[in-house]
Amino acid sequence: MKALELEEISVYYGPVRGVENVTLDVEEGEIVALLGANGAGKSTLLKAISGIIHQKQGIIKFFGEDFHRMSPHRRVVGGLVHVPEGRRIFTALTIGENLELGAYGTKTGRVERSERLSEVLAMFPFLKEHFKRLAGTLSGGEQQVLAIARAMMSNPKVLMIDEPSLGLDPQKIDIVYDLLQEVAAIGTTVLLVEQNVKLALEIAARAYVLQQGSVVLSGVSSSLINDPRLSDAYLGKAADGDH
Amino acid sequence: MSLLLNELGNGIFLGAFFGLIALGYSMVYGILRLINFAHGDFFMVAAFVSYTVLGAVMVGHSHTHWFTVVWVGLLVMVLTGGLATLANQLVYRPMRRAAILSMMIAAIGLSQVLENGVLVTPGWGATYLVYPVTTPPSGFYVGSNHFTWGQLIIVVISGLLGLGVYLLVGRTLLGKAMRAVSEDQTAAVLMGINVDLVIAIVFFIGGALAGAAAVMTGVYYGQINYLMGFTVGLEAFTAAVLGGIGNIGGAVIGGLILGIVQSIGTGLFGAEWAIVVAFAALVLMLWFRPTGILGERVARRM
Repeated sequence: MKALELEEISVYYGPVRGVENVTLDVEEGEIVALLGANGAGKSTLLKAISGIIHQKQGIIKFFGEDFHRMSPHRRVVGGLVHVPEGRRIFTALTIGENLELGAYGTKTGRVERSERLSEVLAMFPFLKEHFKRLAGTLSGGEQQVLAIARAMMSNPKVLMIDEPSLGLDPQKIDIVYDLLQEVAAIGTTVLLVEQNVKLALEIAARAYVLQQGSVVLSGVSSSLINDPRLSDAYLGKAADGDH
Repeated sequence: MSLLLNELGNGIFLGAFFGLIALGYSMVYGILRLINFAHGDFFMVAAFVSYTVLGAVMVGHSHTHWFTVVWVGLLVMVLTGGLATLANQLVYRPMRRAAILSMMIAAIGLSQVLENGVLVTPGWGATYLVYPVTTPPSGFYVGSNHFTWGQLIIVVISGLLGLGVYLLVGRTLLGKAMRAVSEDQTAAVLMGINVDLVIAIVFFIGGALAGAAAVMTGVYYGQINYLMGFTVGLEAFTAAVLGGIGNIGGAVIGGLILGIVQSIGTGLFGAEWAIVVAFAALVLMLWFRPTGILGERVARRM
């Protein structure tokens, strides 16, 4: 079953092209990476999928269902969660409140929410210890962990995460990436946006490479990692269609 | 000492009104960063609507049925909440992406529409209208100071409403969603929060509180006028800023402090100085603590 299918998605910021004619798919249970240099359109694509910006054209299917006209908060209810760049946790709320809000869209009862909370806290023991602390007092790495935990509160089918390694030291990056693998291990489909190619290809089964808003390269991670065209995409060499 | 106690009592009473209306300012500011200058006029419209409804249901009754006043009060709270929500949907929501200054000018425009709308409505108009119900003068003594039961009940009702809002925002999932929307609307959407609905609910609650304040004002002061929302709105806005705008507890505390300051000022200088004292307090606060009593700068971390 395909968890996500994008057909010829184009997004514009006014007259400026964000992404153009992007077609990609993600199998259920897969980790897929979206790679590309700064400004290639990776974040734009995630935002279009979660619906916080509007696509100009194209079709987005979520487990076969057309998401096209669905408002963004309903997509979350449907099981698609987006952890945005910069974590965007609620700094004025406690860790516990942040987590509770993660389950907001699921419309479940109080009992189910607290059960889910226990499950997530079991996965993230650090957050349990600091449950009542204001989230704004956490370090960058801790905030990233909270952002992932918060996303997991809704028990999503698909987790999209934007640059989880950004601004973190290598040790923290390891922690975050271990968590992502754990999340995938319990059956969650993961669409990962990352600038750090090596890191992403280590955990992803497949990857798509974006350059200037278009997919220029795609394939399984093991073959991409040695592909010279991959570094070309990062160094900004023009990618011709006939490679 | 006795005089001070008297001013303190009257100040708390006055502060209860300010606090209720300040909550509406503060909640809307907290969630949209909008100073809703039309909020005082929701209060004014509520006073006129309750005047008409109470007048109609009181026909043929020689004495006041307080049970009737209570249900009319609840009805007016719902209607005023509805008016505030409608104002949001028609005026502010289409401007969500506009500059905040444009929204504030729209708020002033809305305020004018409401005031002049009441002015030209047959049966309402420009004159002071006598409210159909008034509180009896009977009461109790604290030392040598006389307070009425009506005053006490108004303070208690205001306190309960304020406590209700405080618990709603602080404890419930909806309240947490309100605070989330207040901090980061996009992130709130990504939690599955229906941001437009949360904003609509905030307007509804603010309006309902103004509705309650309006009925109590009518009952206590006995007269209403189409410009009453302007002055009270400014005073409540001052209270919200004194307490720290955007902060629920701050609105209540700001209301009480403004009420007490105004009451003492009136005692010292005379009633015509009430507004001057209120705004002098605002200016002093803005000099020494621009964020208000409970206001704080929210640190943002990348």
